[in-house]
Amino acid sequence: MKKYVQIENVQMSFDTRQGTFVALRDIDLRIDPGEFVTLIGHSGCGKSTLLNLIAGLLMPTDGIMLCADREIAGPGPDRGVVFQNHSLLPWLTCFENVHLAVERVFGATESHEQLRQRASGALAMVHLTHAEHKYPHEVSGGMKQRVGIARALSMQPKVLLMDEPFGALDALTRAHLQDELMKIVAATNSTVVMVTHDVDEAVLLSDRIVMMTNGPAATIGEILSVDLPKPRNRVALANDARYHQLRGAVLEFLYQKQAKEAA
Amino acid sequence: MTKAGKYLVEDLFPPVVGLGLFILIWALLAHGSETLPGPVKTWHSAVSLFSDPFYQKGPNDQGIGWNILNSLGRVGIGFGLAALIGIPLGFMIGRFGFLDKMTSPIVSMLRPVSPLAWLPIGLLVFKAANPAAIWVIFISSIWPMIINTAVGVRQLPQDYLNVARVLNLSEWKVFTKILFPATLPYMLTGIRLAIGTAWLVIVAAEMLTGGVGIGFWVWDEWNNLNVEHIIIAIFVVGIVGLLLETMLIQIAKRFSY
Repeated sequence: MKKYVQIENVQMSFDTRQGTFVALRDIDLRIDPGEFVTLIGHSGCGKSTLLNLIAGLLMPTDGIMLCADREIAGPGPDRGVVFQNHSLLPWLTCFENVHLAVERVFGATESHEQLRQRASGALAMVHLTHAEHKYPHEVSGGMKQRVGIARALSMQPKVLLMDEPFGALDALTRAHLQDELMKIVAATNSTVVMVTHDVDEAVLLSDRIVMMTNGPAATIGEILSVDLPKPRNRVALANDARYHQLRGAVLEFLYQKQAKEAA
Repeated sequence: MTKAGKYLVEDLFPPVVGLGLFILIWALLAHGSETLPGPVKTWHSAVSLFSDPFYQKGPNDQGIGWNILNSLGRVGIGFGLAALIGIPLGFMIGRFGFLDKMTSPIVSMLRPVSPLAWLPIGLLVFKAANPAAIWVIFISSIWPMIINTAVGVRQLPQDYLNVARVLNLSEWKVFTKILFPATLPYMLTGIRLAIGTAWLVIVAAEMLTGGVGIGFWVWDEWNNLNVEHIIIAIFVVGIVGLLLETMLIQIAKRFSY
């Protein structure tokens, strides 16, 4: 089967004043179409670095990175990115923020009306039709993050990359957005790579959880397959033995095998 | 207390008291002085002056309106030219480190020089008073525009640049949708500082160059020993400066995100 994301023997080091700093080493990961993969690990383990590598914002020092059998040579519309701090442009309305992305990807082939429909459609998918013409500072944090997701999805990427997208939100809003994300991913059959530090989020959303060892020179410690049936329901899972087993496995990895002093 | 009442007490009352005290002290000082005219005398003089602001009696005797408009015109031209050159230059300095390092010693050295020191150079090059005055305005207002624009470009958050890269935006889109709007508030600060300085400098420059303008008018009235008119000129310069500043603050507010 065709692999959507293929990472082979990737190493990433940065040149610092103290010499070379190896952030990631020996990373091997394959992601199938339609798969939801989360990267979890303590802060400083390079999970965001790995995501930025897939996004093409960083170039690996060594190794091969492919997306749909093409080498990742830089950022591209085949990989939509949702940033942790939403990164919407404050001088554009929610609609214009999404439209900017749509225009770049489909502007050459589609009419103005089609582009507008795409932008509106993406916002409708995250239930923000009513806020289309509001500016980012006029909407809540959760809504901003939803615009960020709409912007990334509007490009119809092969892979959706999310860097702790709900990290800055309160617990209730986060749960709400996780539920929405599950529905959107199921409806669009998206391939997702998501960075998180939230164990519950990882177990709830993922098909596989990639657990990273502590940095420097971090690598993939274990990969846990989450075999819970979909669609998942957070309330039902609260009493699910298998859910707790999986959750326990992640916790054990993070707090026993890779225990870390509070930084 | 009603909303209007609260506004009267908290926002309107203090400045009125301040202005009242100011005029009172002025009146007391004038009362004890033989040469300084008091507020009432100055007011009468102002009323007659502004009753006919646009008369023309030869090149050295024109209405106060013409003087103000002439000064504003010089500021407008000098300032406009400075914006035309300073803002693009600021963008380039902010964007390219090499250019920044290249120009930084020159800018740092020339910026603290009093703009009036450039007047002789202007007279030498242009061989006329009016372009020389405009030149002084140009020099005095270009620095804040270069510096603030460059700072704005440098302050551009990495996040926005990442968005540009992820969305794969063209250079033109990056400029119009990200770089320009992100820099605009800084640019407007530069413009505000520049117009403040330009308006400060024009009075001094016109005193030296002559012609029609509020600065020369002050000098002329000093030669006529018309002290009321000098005081009126001070108020006029202050009020026009205040209006310019307020206008630019209103524009800046529109563009703060």
